[in-house]
Amino acid sequence: MSTLIFRTVAPFLTALMLLFSVFVLLRGHNEPGGGFIGGLIAVSALAIYGIAFGVAAMRRAIVLHPLTIAGIGLVASTLAGLVSLAAGVPFMTGLWIEPSFAGVTVPLSTVTLFDIGVYLVVIGGIGSIAMTLEEEGDL
Amino acid sequence: MADALTGTGLTMLALLLPFVGALLAPLAVRAFGGAAAWVLALLPLGAFAILSRHLGAVSEGQALTAGFDWIPSLGVRFSILIDGLSLTFALLVTGIGALIVLYAGGYLKGHPHLGRFLSFLFLFMGAMLGLVLSDSFLMLFVYWELTSIASFLLIGFDHTRTAARRAALQALVVTGAGGLLLLAGLLVIQAITGVSELSALAAMGSVLRDSPLYLAALLLVLGGAFTKSAQFPFHVWLPNAMEAPTPVSAYLHSATMVKAGVYLLMRLNPVMGQTPEWQMLLPLFGGVTLLAGALMALAETDLKRMLAYTTMASLGLLVLLTGLGTPHAVEAAVLYLVAHSLFKGTLFMVAGIIDHEAGTRDVTRLGGLGRAMPITFVAGGLAALSMMGLPPAFGFLAKEKTYYALTGGGLFVTILLVVVIIGNALMGAVGLLVGVRPFIGAPVKTPKHAHEGPPLLWLGPLLLAVKGVAIAIAAAVTHQMMTTPMASAVAGEARPVTISLLPHLGLPLLLSLVTVALAIAMFLTATRLRAAITSPMDALGWGPDRGFDQMIAGVLRFASALTRRLQPGRLDAYMTAGFVLLAALLLLTPALNGEWPNAPVFPADIPWDELAIFAIALCGLIAVVLAPNRLTAIVSLGIQGFAVAVIFLLYGAPDLAFTQFMIETLSVVILALVMTRLDLSPSDHRPLRQLLPDAALAGLVGFGFTIVLLKVTSVPFDPALSTFFAQFSKTIAHGANIVNVIIVDFRGTDTLGEIAVVMATGLAVLALLRLRGGSERRLADNDPDAAEAVETAPLQGRGV
Amino acid sequence: MEPVFAILVGIFFAFAVYLLLSKFIVRMMLGVAILGNAVNLLIFTAGRLTREVPPVIGAGLDGPVTATANPLPQALILTAIVISFSFFSFLLVLSWRAIDALKTDNTDRMRLAEPADDPAPPAGY
Repeated sequence: MSTLIFRTVAPFLTALMLLFSVFVLLRGHNEPGGGFIGGLIAVSALAIYGIAFGVAAMRRAIVLHPLTIAGIGLVASTLAGLVSLAAGVPFMTGLWIEPSFAGVTVPLSTVTLFDIGVYLVVIGGIGSIAMTLEEEGDL
Repeated sequence: MADALTGTGLTMLALLLPFVGALLAPLAVRAFGGAAAWVLALLPLGAFAILSRHLGAVSEGQALTAGFDWIPSLGVRFSILIDGLSLTFALLVTGIGALIVLYAGGYLKGHPHLGRFLSFLFLFMGAMLGLVLSDSFLMLFVYWELTSIASFLLIGFDHTRTAARRAALQALVVTGAGGLLLLAGLLVIQAITGVSELSALAAMGSVLRDSPLYLAALLLVLGGAFTKSAQFPFHVWLPNAMEAPTPVSAYLHSATMVKAGVYLLMRLNPVMGQTPEWQMLLPLFGGVTLLAGALMALAETDLKRMLAYTTMASLGLLVLLTGLGTPHAVEAAVLYLVAHSLFKGTLFMVAGIIDHEAGTRDVTRLGGLGRAMPITFVAGGLAALSMMGLPPAFGFLAKEKTYYALTGGGLFVTILLVVVIIGNALMGAVGLLVGVRPFIGAPVKTPKHAHEGPPLLWLGPLLLAVKGVAIAIAAAVTHQMMTTPMASAVAGEARPVTISLLPHLGLPLLLSLVTVALAIAMFLTATRLRAAITSPMDALGWGPDRGFDQMIAGVLRFASALTRRLQPGRLDAYMTAGFVLLAALLLLTPALNGEWPNAPVFPADIPWDELAIFAIALCGLIAVVLAPNRLTAIVSLGIQGFAVAVIFLLYGAPDLAFTQFMIETLSVVILALVMTRLDLSPSDHRPLRQLLPDAALAGLVGFGFTIVLLKVTSVPFDPALSTFFAQFSKTIAHGANIVNVIIVDFRGTDTLGEIAVVMATGLAVLALLRLRGGSERRLADNDPDAAEAVETAPLQGRGV
Repeated sequence: MEPVFAILVGIFFAFAVYLLLSKFIVRMMLGVAILGNAVNLLIFTAGRLTREVPPVIGAGLDGPVTATANPLPQALILTAIVISFSFFSFLLVLSWRAIDALKTDNTDRMRLAEPADDPAPPAGY
C-alpha cells in the first residue's frame, strides 16, 4: 500500500479529512453531522496516515496517546453536563451564551462542548482500537 | 390487654447485650485467656438483671409490649412482648447462659479457638433471647433461623471431624426446613387474621380456629415446632448434635434452643389450641417421641447421647402436655419445662466434667468417681433426683402435676398416662445412670486419672442443681413470680399454680411411687434392657438417620447429573438453547394470545433502486454464509453493511448512513487485520444433521421477528415523543438537526454513558492485547493451575 | 413499505442466528456483526419509514413543516452503531486471544473453563 503516490498524497488527504471532520462536527447541530460522524471521519483520516507511514509515525503525529484524547473528551462531556449544575439547573441542561467579538455574534453552548467531547472520545477510543490491532497484529 | 412497657431503652439493651458479647468475646479471650469467661459472663448476667425488673409487673398478670417501626412501608415492626411465658424463657436463656459461659471458659480452657466458640455462643444467646421476646412474626422467624445458624456453627465447631460437619449440616437442614414451614405458617395466620404480632393475635383466636385454612396453618406451624423440638421422626439431628462441645449440648440442645418449638406451641395454645386437631396431633407425636426417646436413651452407653435421647423424650412429654391443654396439663407443662431446663443442663455439664476429667463418657467404663469428684457428684445427684421426680427437687412438682393432668380422663388420656409412666420410669433410670452411676460402686480405671475439675467447671452445674431444689422449697415464691404468670400466658386465662412439696395423698402420688419403683428396677437391670432394645433396632438396620444420608447422597447425585446435562460445556448447545427460547417467545406469544398480524399488504410500486439495494443486501448475506474463504466472507460482510447504509440514506437518515459507512469500513479493516493473521479453516463444515436443525431454528427466529414487526407496524403509531422532539428541537435546544439534538441535548446523559462505554472498550482492547507473557503454550494445556500462573506472571509490556 | 422491511429484517436475523449457531468463533463473529444490523433495522422500521426527508428543520423555521423521518429511532441507532462497533472490536480481540491461547477456533475444543472430564463434585460431608 505504501506506494510513492499514496505516501505523497496521504498527508494532504489526512489534513483535508481532519478539517472536514471538524466541519462535520460543528455543523452537526443544524445539518446532518455531529460528534460521532466527525470522530469516525477523523479516525479514517488517521488510519490513512497510519497505512502510509506506519503506526509509529501516526502516534508521533498525534502526540498524545489516543486513550488520553478519549479521556479528555470524556472529561469535556462530563464538564459540559456539570456546568448546568453550577448554573442551578438539572444536569445536562443545555446553556447558551452569544458573546459578540467586533460585531460578530458567536453562539457558544455547553451542548457544543458536549459534542466536541463525543468527537474526541470516538477519535481516541476507536482510534486506539484500530492502532492497537494494527500494531500488535503479529501476535 | 397488652400494656406499654416501661424502660424500653434498657430492655432493648438487654436484647443487644449478647450480640455485644459476640463481638467482644474474641478480643477478651485474646487479652485474658480462659479467665475472660468471668468477665464475659457479666453480659448475660446484666441482661438477666434488666429483664428481672419486669418480674413485678408480669407477676401481676400484665403483658408488656414495646417496639418501633422497622419497615413502615411493609407494616413491619420491631416489637417485643414480655409476659409470663416469654419472661420465664428469657430469664432461663440469660441465667443459664451466664453459667454456661463460665463453664465453657473452663471446659475449653487453652483451646486455640475459645474466642470464636464464645462468640458463637453469644450469637446464639442473642438469637434465642430475641426469639422468645419477639412480638412481630417476622422478627420471630428471623431470630428462629438465627438460632438454627448459631446451632450449625456450634455443632460444627470442631470442623476437622467429619462427624461434626455431618451433624451440623443435618441440624441445619432439618431445623432450617422447619423454619421455612414456620414462616409459611405465620404468613397463613397473618392472611387469615390480618395481624402480624403475637400480642394482637391473642384476640383473634376464634377467627383463626374457625377459618377453613386453620388446618393448613396448624400443620405448617407444627412442621416448624416439631423439627426444632426434635419430635419423632424429625429427632435425628438432636442425638447427632452431641458432636458439639458439651457446653453447647447443655445450653442449646437441652435447656433452650430445642424448647423453641415448645415455646411456639405454648405461645399459640390460647389461639390455636383446644381444637380436635390440636388435641389429637400434639399428644400423638409427643407420646411417640416420649416413648421412642426414652427407649433409645436406655439403649445408649455414651452419657451425652443418653441425655440427648432423654431430652427428646422430655420434649415429647412437653408437646403432649401442651397439646392436651387442660388446666392441669398446662401447669404441668410449665413446671416440667422449668425443671427440665435446670436438671438437664446440670446433667449435661456433669457429663462434660466426667468426660473432661476422666477421659471417657462411656457409662460402662465409669464407676466410683464420687470420692474424687464430690462436688460434681452432689450436682449430678440433685439433678438425677429432679429427673426422677423425687422431692425435694422441682421435678417432683412437675411430675405430680403431670399425673394430676392425666388421671380421670377417657381412653385416649389413659393410654397417654401409661405411655408417660413408662417414659418417666425410663428417664428416671437414665437419670440415675448419668447422675449417680459413675460416682458409686467400685472405682473403675479411667483413661485419665480422675479428679475434681476447676471452679469454672463445677460452679455452673452446682448452682443450677441447687437452684432446682431451692425453687421447689420456695415454691410459693416461684409460683407467684414465675410459673403462675407463665401458665396464665399459656392457658390464655388466669391460672394460679399452687402445688408444693408436701405430698398429697391420692392416685398421683401412688403413680409417682410406681414410676420410681420402675425406674430403680430398670436402673438395676440396665445392661439386660439395653441388649433387649438394641437387638431389634440393629435387626431393622434402617432409620431416619440413614435416610438422611441417602437423601443427601441422592440430592448430590441429582444436582451433579443435572449440572452435567445443563452445562455440557459446549457453546453451540448454549446458543441453541438460547435461540430456541427466543423463537418460542416470539412465536408462542402471538400464538397463545391469538394476535397474529393480518396478511401484509405489499406496495405495488417499489422503486427499482430500492429493490436493487435489497437484492445487494441479500447477496451479501448469502455470500457471507457460503464464502469459500475468509476474505470473501469479510468483503461480503462489508457488502451487506453498505447496503444497510444506503437503505438508511434512502429513508431519510443521512446521519445513520454516514456513520454506517464509516463503521463498516473500519469493521472490514479490523476484521481483515485479525483474520489474515490467523491460520484457520475458512468455513465451517456443518454435517447435514447439524445444518438442518440450525437452519430451521434460524428460520424460525427470523420468522418470529418478521411476525413481531408486522404486528408492531400494523397498530397505529404513537408519535407523541417524536413530535415533542421535533417541536422543541429548535425553540428550546437551538438545533435544526433533530437527531443530533436528541443525542447531545435531550438524551445527553445517555450519550455520556455510551461514550464512556466506547472509551472502556478501547481500554479493554488495549489491555487484552498487551496482556501476554509467554502464556500461549501453558494455556493450551487446558490446565486451570497454569492459567492462574499466567495471571501472576510478569506482563510483557510494549512501548506505547 | 413496512411489510417488505419486516421480511428483510427477518432474513437478517435468520442469517445472524445461523452464523451464531456455528461451532467456529470466526463465523460467530460474522453473526454478531450481522445481528447488529438486524437489530438496527428492526428499530428503524418499528419507528415507521419515510422516504428521503431527513429530520432537519429548515432555516428560519421553528419546526418541520412537512412530514420528516422519525428522528427518535435514528438517534437510538446512531449511538447503537458506534457502541456495537466497540463491542464487536472487543469481542474480536477477545476471540483472537482465545484462539491464540487455545490453538483452536472450534468452541467444542475450548474446554479450559468446563473440562470434559471434570470429576464429580465430592460426595459426603
